Amino acid sequence: MRVAVQSAPFDPGAEVSDFSAQAAGAGAVVTFFGIVRPDDGLTGMEIEHYPGMTERAILAIVGEAVTRWSLVDALVIHRFGPLKPGEAIMMVATAAPHRGDAFAAAEFLMDYLKSRAPFWKKETRAGGEAWVGAKDEDEAALRRW
Amino acid sequence: MIDVLYFAWVRERIGLPRERVESSAATVAALVDELRAREERYAAAFADTASLRVALDQELADFDAPLSGVREVAFFPPMTGG
Repeated sequence: MRVAVQSAPFDPGAEVSDFSAQAAGAGAVVTFFGIVRPDDGLTGMEIEHYPGMTERAILAIVGEAVTRWSLVDALVIHRFGPLKPGEAIMMVATAAPHRGDAFAAAEFLMDYLKSRAPFWKKETRAGGEAWVGAKDEDEAALRRW
Repeated sequence: MIDVLYFAWVRERIGLPRERVESSAATVAALVDELRAREERYAAAFADTASLRVALDQELADFDAPLSGVREVAFFPPMTGG
């Protein structure tokens, strides 16, 4: 299991290659990565986080996933600091003997990272900066687990 | 003394990321009342605690949680990761 909270860009393709090469015994690898959307003239995004708690919270979420599904390995990378449209913000990867567990665990990780890991997004557009508000559906997404 | 940390718009409204606070508040809610009474910028940041979250020693908690033994309290808006 690996959790990386970093300001540096990462290469999702290279991460997937490394992750699957090391996931010995896995029959399925599911990966997801999120990209900064160039919505409504977005020119930049700044991600703030809570150093220390961020890593703890993500490790706790990964630990919960491991107890719920049969996983060979899991990876979470999440960036902070300034990002531009088109850049990868974060990724999750799960490896399991069968795809059902890998898909479910990846969705679980995504749902919990959205609203239980201490990150806050601020968007910049021509008109100025604004913090992104949490969505009700993000909170609702947790109830299915 | 407690370390109090602020993130995102809470940090911006109060104007600093962290401070040491002398407090004998028994609960988070009592600490919030003390902070609100300090200055307008605190009152503005803590106007609606329903729109805030709190962590005690880096674990999410409730506003009625006790502060006994807690070293670090953090206030922030709902998280928007992913």
